[in-house]
Order: sequence, then C-alpha cells, then structure tokens
Amino acid sequence: MSTTAGIKRRRFLQSTATLGGGLMLGISLPSLNARQAEATGMPSEPGLGYFVRIEPDGSVVIGSPQPEMGQGVKTSLPMLIAEELDVNWSDVTVEQMPLGLTRDADGNMAWLHVGQGAGGSNSVVSSWQPLREAGATARHLLIEAAAQRWQVDAQQLHTEPGVVVHGASGRRLGYGELAGKASTIALPAQPPALKNSKDFRIIGTPQKVVDAAAIVTGQAGYGIDAQLPGQVYAMIERCPWHDGTVASVDDKAARSVPGVIDIVPIEGPKPGEPYTVLASGVAVVADSTWAAIKGRRALQIKWNKGPHATESSSGLRHQMETAMQGQGQVVLDDGNFKDAFDSAPRTLQAEYFVPYASHAPLEPQCCVVDVREDGADVIGPIQMPSGASRMVNRLTGLDRLSINVQMTRLGGGFGRRLSVDYVAEATLISMAVKRPVKLQWTREDDLKHDFYRPCGLHQMSAATDKSGHISAWQHRLASPSKYYRRANVAAQDQWKAELYPDDLPRNLVPNVQLEYFSMQSGAPRGSWRAPAHYANAFVVQSFIDELAHQQGIDPLQYQLALLGEPREYKYEQHGGPIYDSGRAAGVLKLAAVKADWGEPLPRGRGRGIAGHFTFGGYAAFVVDVSIDGDGLRVDRVIGAVDCGLAVNPNHVIAQMESGIHDGLSSALRLEITMQDGQIEQDNFHNYPLASLADAPRIVENYIVDSPHPPAGMGEPPISPLAPALTNAIFAANGKRIRALPIGNQV
Amino acid sequence: MITFTLNGQTYKFDGDGDTPLLWVLREHAQLQGTKFGCGAGLCGACTVHIDGRAQRSCIVSAAAADGKQVTTIEGLAGANLHPVQQAWIEEDVSQCGYCQVGQIMNAADWLQRIPNPSDADIEKHQTNLCRCGTYARVRKAIYRAAEIQRTGAVAEVMPIAPAVAGISQTESLGEAGENT
Repeated sequence: MSTTAGIKRRRFLQSTATLGGGLMLGISLPSLNARQAEATGMPSEPGLGYFVRIEPDGSVVIGSPQPEMGQGVKTSLPMLIAEELDVNWSDVTVEQMPLGLTRDADGNMAWLHVGQGAGGSNSVVSSWQPLREAGATARHLLIEAAAQRWQVDAQQLHTEPGVVVHGASGRRLGYGELAGKASTIALPAQPPALKNSKDFRIIGTPQKVVDAAAIVTGQAGYGIDAQLPGQVYAMIERCPWHDGTVASVDDKAARSVPGVIDIVPIEGPKPGEPYTVLASGVAVVADSTWAAIKGRRALQIKWNKGPHATESSSGLRHQMETAMQGQGQVVLDDGNFKDAFDSAPRTLQAEYFVPYASHAPLEPQCCVVDVREDGADVIGPIQMPSGASRMVNRLTGLDRLSINVQMTRLGGGFGRRLSVDYVAEATLISMAVKRPVKLQWTREDDLKHDFYRPCGLHQMSAATDKSGHISAWQHRLASPSKYYRRANVAAQDQWKAELYPDDLPRNLVPNVQLEYFSMQSGAPRGSWRAPAHYANAFVVQSFIDELAHQQGIDPLQYQLALLGEPREYKYEQHGGPIYDSGRAAGVLKLAAVKADWGEPLPRGRGRGIAGHFTFGGYAAFVVDVSIDGDGLRVDRVIGAVDCGLAVNPNHVIAQMESGIHDGLSSALRLEITMQDGQIEQDNFHNYPLASLADAPRIVENYIVDSPHPPAGMGEPPISPLAPALTNAIFAANGKRIRALPIGNQV
Repeated sequence: MITFTLNGQTYKFDGDGDTPLLWVLREHAQLQGTKFGCGAGLCGACTVHIDGRAQRSCIVSAAAADGKQVTTIEGLAGANLHPVQQAWIEEDVSQCGYCQVGQIMNAADWLQRIPNPSDADIEKHQTNLCRCGTYARVRKAIYRAAEIQRTGAVAEVMPIAPAVAGISQTESLGEAGENT
C-alpha cells in the first residue's frame, strides 16, 4: 500500500498527476490527513476529492459529490461529467467524494468546488453546470496534451470516447496515454464550451445503479458498515418525553455488564434553543453493539418529564380546532376572498387532517466519529455533510478543515438525515471516551426520536361561479411548523415552511386567501420528503376533486379548465422561478391518456387523478382501486412526469415508482401519535410501512419529452399519490377520505 | 463455545449465547452484508439462511444457531452470481439498496420451493419491507429470477465493485490490528 506522505496538496479546481502518473482533475483535500489513510487503509491517493481521475491504463474514475440515498445521484451526477469528458459510460467507475471545504481569502469557509448536501431535489439542478464543466475541462486538457505531443493545433483535434483523434492524419491516442501529459497542462481560464444537447450520448440514456453489483452481493458500504480502528460501540437511552431531562441515573448494573466500557451522560438542548443532540439521555459505551444494548437495558434512570409531559395527539387536535375558531395569520390575500365567497351562488367547505409522520429510513441512525486533538473523522449516512462539519466544530472547537466528513451510502434519507443530531451524539461520546465511537440507534430510537413531518388541520373553503369555475379559495392551516428550534426564524415566519403561496390555485383563481395558525408541540419537526407539498397536495388535489364532483364535472376536465391556457406564472418559493400551467396540465393529460381516463369501470372499482408541482418537477398519477369485502386494493398506478431533461430516464422512472410506493405507504397506515407526552409508535408493527402485498400489480410511468433543463426527482413524485388514491376511493364507493392515514376508513 | 457452519466454513463464537446472530455476523465474523433494520423480525433486512431456510437473524440467538448451517449474502453466490442476484441487477431494483440483501436472501429461499410463482405468491412470501418503494422492480426481478432458474441461464460473473471509498472494510481492521 502506498502512502500519502509527500503528496503536495493544493486547492481549487486544478489538474495534477496521480501517483500512477495519470491525470487527476479536481481537488485534493488538505484536510485528509495521512494518519487516517495509513490507519484505516482508505485509498491513499489524496484525491478522494477529485471529479475525474484517468490512469495511464485508461481507467476512468469519476467522483460523485452528493450523498446517495436511493435517489440515484451517484449514477446521474457522474453521467454529467462522463458526457463532457467523452468516455464510454461502461468504462467509468464511480466513487463517493467526501465533504470538500476550503477557506477563502477572507478566512471564511467555502466549498472546495461545489456545494454538497442533498435536499430539495437539488442535486441534479445544482450540479448540471459545474459537473459538465469539470468533464469538459478534463477533456480540454487531454486534447491539449495530444496537441503538444503531435505538435498540431488543438483545433484540429476531436475526441471519440476515451480517445483523442487527429482527423487529418488519422493519429489516435487513448486518454490513458495522454493522462500524464495532461496533468502538466494549465487549466483554461474559462470553462470550455459545453456540448449541444442533441450531441449527448450518455445524458438522457437509461443507466443502471452504478453500485448494483456491490449492493446485491452485500459489499456496498452504508453508515452501519463504517469502521475506524480501535472503535467502541455506543447506544443511548434517551428521555421518552420531549425536552425531558435525566433526574438521576444508577448505572451500577450497567457497568457490570461484560463488555461495557463507560457510561456517558448526554445533555439535551435547553427548551427553545437550537438543538445539537435531540434529547437528553445516557450513553452506554461497550466493546460490541450487543454489550451496549445489554448495558443500556440495565440502566436505572429517573427522568424529569419536562414541559410536554401531558401532550397528546387528541389534545393537539383540539388546540388546532380551538385556534381556528379565531383569526390566524393571513399570509396571502389576493383579491377579496370574503366578498367573493359571501356573494357566490355556490360554495363548498371541508376539513382535512394530515398526521405526524416519521421518516423511518430502513437504516436506523448511526455514525462513526473519532475526535482527536488534531482533528476529527466523521463517517456516516449523512445527507448534509456541511451541517455535520459545523456540528463537530461547534462541539469540539476543532478547525473545520481538520474535520473530515465522509458520506457512506445512506440506507434511505427522506429528509431525516438533513439533521445531524446523531453526529452530535457520537461526537460527544467520542470526546468523553477519547476513542473512535460507533453510535447505533435502534428502530425504536428512530421512531421515537425523529424530526417528524408536521401534522396539520386544514380548513378549505371555495366558491364557484355560475359556470362552475372557482371564484374564491381559502386554505386555513393549523400546524406546528417544520421550523423546529430555528433561532433565525421569527414567529411570524413559521408559516413559510408549511404553506407555499405560489402553489396552485394562485393566479388561477381571482380571490385566494391563505391563513396560518402556528401551533405549539413538543414533538421535533423537520423536513419529510417534499415537506409541505405532501400535505398540501393531498388537501388541494382532494378539494378540487370535491369541487368537480359538486359541479358534476369530470375531475380531469375540471382541473384542466382551472389550469387554463398554458402560461408561465411567477413562483417565488423553492423550485421556481416559474410555474408553468401548461406543464402541469401536460402530465395530467399524459397520465390520463395512458390510463384510459374516462373509460367506465365495473362496480366496486374507482379511478382517481391528481397532479402536483414540486421543486421544479411536475408529476401526476391515475390510481385504480377495488373495494370489496376484503377492503381496499390498489390495482394500478399510471404516472407521468415532466422533470425537464431526464438525465437518467431509468432512475426518473425509479423515482416515480418510489413516489408511488412511498406515497401509498404513507397514505395507507402511517401516523405518529402522542399520548402522555410520549410517541406511541416504536417499531414496524405499529408503524407499518407498506409491503409488497400492498403494492399495485400494474405500475407504468411516462416521461414528458421536455426541452427544459433538468429538475431533481427525489421529491416531485410523492405528493400526488395520496390524493389520486383517495380520489379513486371516492370514485369507487363515494367515501371521501379527508384524514390520513386511510386506515380502516374505507 | 458456539460452533456453526458459516458460508461453508466452521465458525466458532465464544461470546454471549444470547447475542443475536445478526451482530455475531456483522461484528464478530465481519460479514457486514447482513443489515440491521428493526431488531424485531419485522422488516427482513437481516435475512440469512439457516439450514437452507430464510430467517431473520436479528431474532435468532447465537446459541440457536449452534450446529446449524448459516449462509449470508457473502456466501450466496458460487462462482457465478445467484440467479436472484443476477435478476436484481438486470431489473435494476436497488434504490438506497439497504433492504435488498434481505430481499434477495428471502427470495432465494422460497423460489426454490415455488419455482413458478404468481403475483399472489410473491405478495405472500416477499414480506421484506422497503422504504424506498422498489416493490414494482422486486416483483419483476422475482419473475426474472424464476425464469433464470427454470431456463438454467448462467449468470455471468459480475465484477464486484470495491467498497465505497472511505469505508474501511474488514481488511483495514486487520491493518489496524497490526498498527496497534
């Protein structure tokens, strides 16, 4: 094994030689110290931070900067580089890049090359330009190398996959043969011109998961598989009451469990202040996970239950209802809702409820952290590596450039791992025991200590004119905001996480009013896949369906009439700046056509439709259900999506399938409830994810051939599923589901 | 001392007999392909074969495995990938991939007894949970695996990609042992 010693580390986008004499384009990481590489046997090239590495044998390794949690970016992002580099995709191997930070001229922290962290379906969007430029820059260097070798003008050269070609003489040199020379050539002052999309050979082609073989053989590394030499294992018993504290702990029995090494108290955040860890508790450190579990069971802890000890779901619901009898915060007031509503010939009102939900990624939270005097290593399933870096810096005071953060594959994210409380916990324990610590949560820990998707009570009112068009629309929402313990969010801004004013039906209806009631709850809240879109799409798309049925108009035709002529509207929230009603109508129409919308169905069956715009992508589903003595059965789901250019159509489809099944799972049976201040769900028997037996036997998805730049696909597909499903239930048996989960309401 | 056959080799474990087999496999035998998801036999991420049958190793104690034949994902393939693994790649099932080892181990068991499954068979027997929602492709892959089994299509030897950069695997523990 070679060593990193003697490798000169430089910063910023640059080319350099690999140890093997090849080309490495990208960034070496000054923070990766030799000690770690030597101790752990991690790849000893400094270039964990590279985008492109080409070895003399022609092998091409591309670094993927964003965390992979199933959304497919470890495949799609390197495709962007490979396209412009001009190599055969089959010749590429992909490695995960760690967090790359640097300090700018003013001494402030800056991205080493691109922003890192996956959220808001933003990875493909934010990478679209810089990663193609990285690939094009590498190709430029290879062409320049060939030009120097052959003593010709670079303008006379072109590339074929993996080869630079001098057309006039027919000379050819493989990238591997040019890599060493290319590493000595200065970077261009400006990024080279990028390909015209009609010349794409990789972007837009269906590609499979790059780690597929590793996954199916058990070799893919997740957070739970991370190890550091000399690590110890930790579990934490956390206070079951939100913001409760440890009153006393008797750890004598726990310390006597064979394998238990130490007991470490963990202090929770003060009420109202930003969190580090999520809860107070007691950590058991042991020489194995099982010893930590047994030690944890032997702890005798008395808890101070804290300020939320009497909170219950029914009580919170009652508070919502009481609050909504009064006046809330009007956050959007187009036209004059009240006058329009009061004078309308026909009105409709309905109340909807969406419960708290947990993320429940199949990999429970876990993390390996080693805090030393000279720095720290953090390895885990991390959605927001810079947040992890900041957290470790805050707790340890270590220079951020000495904190190495490595993202493993994530066993699911769904927004849970935007928060880095589990990193904080492992950091505190490592500081206490002065060793690398592997922290492992159980499923019970995960369900009881989440940043839950906020619950909310929605009161909808609409008026229609003589022709049935919606003339006035009011959406009142009472919820505890997703903005949990956010010091920088003012009370009057809590609504911004829960209502996105530019969503449909704004601009399509003359009088629109949104009103928010900010509720208090001890339960932590956070981002859950598509955040507020999940609840709002359910409510809005259901209510439009109700209005259509009230008017006796086909729901698809009713919504298309609402969307009107294709037009671009301003959209100022995330996913903007444009909402295109034509694209919204387009996915509804495509799904409807593919699903034979309008064809009659036998008795007991129903077909529903819904669409939604989420973070730049438009998705729609048509759901078919059967309802009989055995209850509800989802027979078929037909989906359509317009995500702009589909970088990897295979995984665009995969995300549609994900939205269908995850959306179904959440709609059918999932809710988090509280009683006496405690979360009532603790494992999959009472938080029952949908199984294959719940899944539709027929699933088809279609992608709109779109000229627009790509939108991310992690979130757009989930939100329309629940309303399409409940609209189908209404079509089947006339039962309007206004509260999730559906449970036994059918 | 607990002794069982692990992927064809004799394996001895001298720790607590009540240690769940899952943790014996992951931490003692350093076979980390088997995953922890719920600890209660509910999700199936930890599925291994014990005496040829799929079982959830988080609720099987080490003592209960004494004298048994245990096969993990690391031991499922022979010279070639198992037909279920091959089918999983061909249908590109994985999203996050965390549950897929358990899905594969489970399907590899019951497909031996039901070589020509129906949708209802799949829905009855493939009870492993997937949070990403890969069920449509799991279904397709099971049909494909059954077809590979029936037709005897030989799986090509798939190169196994190296572990994700930055995660030290078993061999690095060995190095650490030498260093310390």
